[in-house]
Amino acid sequence: MKPPPFDYHAPGSVAEALETLAEAGEHGKVLAGGQSLIPMLNMRLAAPGHIVDVNRLAELATVSVESDGVRVGALARHAQVERAEQVAAAQPLLRQALRLVAHPVIRNRGTVVGSLVHADPAAELPAVLILLGGSVRLARPGATRDVPAAGFFTGPLESALRPGELAVSALFPTLPPRSGTAFHEVSRRHGDYAVAGVAALVRLDDDLRVVTAGVACVSAGPVPVLVDVTEACGHRPAASADWASAARAVRDRIEPETDVHASADYRRHLTGTLAERALRDAARAASDE
Amino acid sequence: MTDIAITLTVNGVVRRVETPGRRLLSDCLRHDLGLTGTHVGCEHGVCGCCTVLLDGEPVRSCLMLAATADGHEITTVEGLAAPDGTLSPVQRAFAECHGLQCGFCTPGFLCTVTALLRDNPAPTDEEVLEGVSGNLCRCTGYQNIVKSVHRAAEIIAEES
Ligand SMILES: Cc1cc2nc3c(=O)[nH]c(=O)nc-3n(C[C@H](O)[C@H](O)[C@H](O)COP(=O)(O)OP(=O)(O)OC[C@H]3O[C@@H](n4cnc5c(N)ncnc54)[C@H](O)[C@@H]3O)c2cc1C
Ligand code: FES
Ligand code: FES
Repeated sequence: MKPPPFDYHAPGSVAEALETLAEAGEHGKVLAGGQSLIPMLNMRLAAPGHIVDVNRLAELATVSVESDGVRVGALARHAQVERAEQVAAAQPLLRQALRLVAHPVIRNRGTVVGSLVHADPAAELPAVLILLGGSVRLARPGATRDVPAAGFFTGPLESALRPGELAVSALFPTLPPRSGTAFHEVSRRHGDYAVAGVAALVRLDDDLRVVTAGVACVSAGPVPVLVDVTEACGHRPAASADWASAARAVRDRIEPETDVHASADYRRHLTGTLAERALRDAARAASDE
Repeated sequence: MTDIAITLTVNGVVRRVETPGRRLLSDCLRHDLGLTGTHVGCEHGVCGCCTVLLDGEPVRSCLMLAATADGHEITTVEGLAAPDGTLSPVQRAFAECHGLQCGFCTPGFLCTVTALLRDNPAPTDEEVLEGVSGNLCRCTGYQNIVKSVHRAAEIIAEES
């Protein structure tokens, strides 16, 4: 249970990190919070030739509320983003989700951007990014590109990040007035990855009728599954929307797998139930806005 | 893959170590520095035994490279008592309330709880459970650990 040997690099600036990563190419791995990468090294599930430790890049430890959303730098830890009051005010779904990510001690080190790049289908933050229609900013020497969430998650533990690229930040868009969000999940033990989990987003008009409603489900397929349930719940006042029918639409769409923690059928059932709960809560939050 | 020279301030003492890049902080503390109070249970972040304070914040020392900790301050269980050996309030509370049996998990709990009570001096039952949820104990059944945390909060309040 020790990491295999590698060359260790500790760049002092983003420019230096990009150079080092470009040289290392497909043999390089970024080390951010290490809360997923180090277990993989310890268990010998990964054996990169070069580790590029970005923990000295204080310029990436930023969280800011911009006109179009919350921009989270690559070295912002889960705990830092969870605690930031201006983030909770601008995009409440981030705190709602971060409270469900692992344990407080893991959140002291793990980074939001690292969690996105790691792209675990059971992780909360990829679902949040997809539901909000956010993006990840990737850099290589002399070039950056923004990849929309819809194209960023390509498979279990696979993302659009190319060898040699550094994810420098992610954007979690803010929402118009009369929008509400919620995140519900079930895990075997407190702090474990979710057996099933649902992030919900509901937008209402001035008469408090549903304009759009959608969910993103975790542990429900190889990547987070986005389901638009606007049709299913109907253009009705939030109080009388057909959430049960929305839950059925979610159950029909997802493709969960059976593993030691739960059968596919149980996951499907649970996801529907959690979707109904999360949608109701999101609609309530939107009416209170 | 040459060794890397790093400087850590461990329990207030500046320590210089030459260590391979792949050295875990937990192993650096135990093997390079001889501080075997930090225990290692799972080495994948699940058990919490290896928890130490990094610049005051609890972290898993098995999920951090020693090289990443270069230049930082670390407090291990050996650094919780006063220099004259007087146990810290959290340590006394665990002794008083039988918050340990075999003691394997205890260093991790003590570090976690020390930070928890610093940030939240009067936690509710729920906050205590959330706070220690990342630490596993195979002996006590946790009831006495929860009692110890509340007792430690009392001792800290009495002594301040
Ligand atoms: C006990 C335990 C329980 C956990 N439970 C949960 C949970 O319930 N939900 C959850 O979502 N997560 C959970 N996690 C994982 C945790 O959230 C991690 O922090 C997160 O998945 C990865 O972030 P990191 O910063 O630690 O990344 P690292 O471990 O440093 O890296 C992970 C991967 O992403 C790559 N990477 C990271 N940052 C960048 C970057 N800026 N640019 C390019 N590549 C990058 C790395 O190369 C690596 O491949 C748990 C972890 C542990 C140990
Ligand atoms: S040894 Fe570090 S968490 Fe178990
Ligand atoms: S006292 Fe034995 S594991 Fe906790």
